[in-house]
Amino acid sequence: MTHPVLELRNVNKSFGPIDVLHDISLKINAGEVLCLLGDNGAGKSTLIKTLAGVHKPTSGEMLMDGKPVVFETPKQGSDAGIATVHQFGGTFPLMSIGRSFFVGVEPTKKIGPFKVFDRKTANETAVKAVREFGITRIDDGDRLIGGLSGGERQSLAIARAVHFGARVLILDEPTAALGVKQSSHVLRIILEARKRGIAVIFITHQVTHAMAVGDHFAVLIRGAVAANFMRGEKTREEITDLMAGGEALASLDAEVEDYMETHDGHAPQPQPKAEPVA
Amino acid sequence: MNNPVLSQFLRRPEAGSFLSLVAVALFFVIFGGVNIGTLATTASWVNFAANLGIVAIPMGLLMIAGELDISIGAMIPAGSMSVAILSGHYGLPIWVGMAGALGLGVLVGLVNGLLAVRTTVPTLIITLGTLVAMQGIVLSASVLLTGSASVAVEAPGWAKFLFGHLIGGSYQVIILWWLGMTALFIGILHHSSRGNWIFAMGGDKVSARNAGIPTDRMLIGLFILSAVSASFVGMCGAILFNSAQVSGGMNYIFNAVVSVVVGGVLLTGGFGSIGGIFLGTVTFAIVSQGIYFTDIDRNWSSLIIGVMLLAAVLMNNVFRKLALTAPSAKPAKK
Repeated sequence: MTHPVLELRNVNKSFGPIDVLHDISLKINAGEVLCLLGDNGAGKSTLIKTLAGVHKPTSGEMLMDGKPVVFETPKQGSDAGIATVHQFGGTFPLMSIGRSFFVGVEPTKKIGPFKVFDRKTANETAVKAVREFGITRIDDGDRLIGGLSGGERQSLAIARAVHFGARVLILDEPTAALGVKQSSHVLRIILEARKRGIAVIFITHQVTHAMAVGDHFAVLIRGAVAANFMRGEKTREEITDLMAGGEALASLDAEVEDYMETHDGHAPQPQPKAEPVA
Repeated sequence: MNNPVLSQFLRRPEAGSFLSLVAVALFFVIFGGVNIGTLATTASWVNFAANLGIVAIPMGLLMIAGELDISIGAMIPAGSMSVAILSGHYGLPIWVGMAGALGLGVLVGLVNGLLAVRTTVPTLIITLGTLVAMQGIVLSASVLLTGSASVAVEAPGWAKFLFGHLIGGSYQVIILWWLGMTALFIGILHHSSRGNWIFAMGGDKVSARNAGIPTDRMLIGLFILSAVSASFVGMCGAILFNSAQVSGGMNYIFNAVVSVVVGGVLLTGGFGSIGGIFLGTVTFAIVSQGIYFTDIDRNWSSLIIGVMLLAAVLMNNVFRKLALTAPSAKPAKK
């Protein structure tokens, strides 16, 4: 049988006396999109930082292709093929597309005794990589990152990760700050990455976005996996419910129902507006 | 911005400093009645620019990387005093004095750099601390060892030739060092991987580190470069003038920052160019020294510099916006 690309077995993480992750077990396969859902403070960030090698699990095991791995630094994580793309994508707004694409791994050519940054290759490779993902508006590698739209920056960052051999792509709320059209851009790119056999971990709290691309869903509540299910196993309402913390929403429902009963089914009246002062 | 050549030019970090230089030169020619040929070949501002430029380049690199080093104000007299005390007062060979001056630069740069990477204290404060501390050390060491705050030194011919003679009777040889350093760092900052790392560090240090850039080592290296460059300027001064004083150097801090900012380097890091810093230094030197050759009263030079600084910062902001929004120079492919 084939092993999942990445697997967590009973991972715990605590910072001093504070337990942040409890007994997390998750599997993610190649060519699959895992949507990681959860409210603020549920432990999503800690979980992805643990995956990326920023934090080390306090206990538990992490396996890649069935073999246990321990990352001491984020560099080791990225060398193993785990790439994280953050909310705002390109983090160097005043660098050109070509230069930021190759930060840390600059292509060089030899001119006499000197190793010179190969701007032409860098720009061409970067533009080609991002165009392959269907972002055709980018055609000049000298343009500054800050001049791109939010969706283009995300796309560039994803294309960069894939170009450098990412096998697990962690997307931290890539659509949170984007409009509808830009978001659909990013979702298309997620599907494109999946098609290339990359395991995508997609963090979001927009259920529509999760439903659009997810194969597999995991809901995190207070640092534990509260639900773990495949596409089609739960309805949109159930997922929304789970994401908002389940119980909290249920009690809100009850409250609303109470109100409806005591007020003969009338919705609350809007507060009268203040009289305009003449 | 329909003209592609113009828009290409305005996207460059040195656009603002080039326009500042042109504006200042025009101002002097039109209102100061100065002959542009005389102004261009006057040694006084070129000498001034060379000394300033050698500290402005590392200052600019640090600012591009998002940091600041003001301890150069103490490192210039520290460099000249080291060479004067070791080779002048104690009569050791000149190379010992020079090694002492540059070695002190390495040491102070190392302290600055280590403090910067090990603590979260802003580097403005760290280097303010080392600035004041070094001033104290230089003054007390000088008085303690030589009993004076001014020491004479006589350099042999070869050292004089390399570091402290006047070409054609008026141009300091340090001008060549400045030009060489400018060329070297244009290569490093704009055409090597290291240069790309410096920009990335100024853009976002955490992402830069996650991308595998040895940010700590780079930063310590930049601080050492800055302190060594400053003590080099001091050393050359001592060899040229055959003497060293404990005072002086403080003006360099502000002059270098102004030159770098006029040169289009973004104070918050991540943007700038060596060409811009070079032009900014030239502009600054022409305003502060060139004014002697005009009909304008020299007391106005500080006003001009102040206005120029503000204008440059405002202009740079506009150009940066243009740079971010400028349409692609190539026609868009359909």
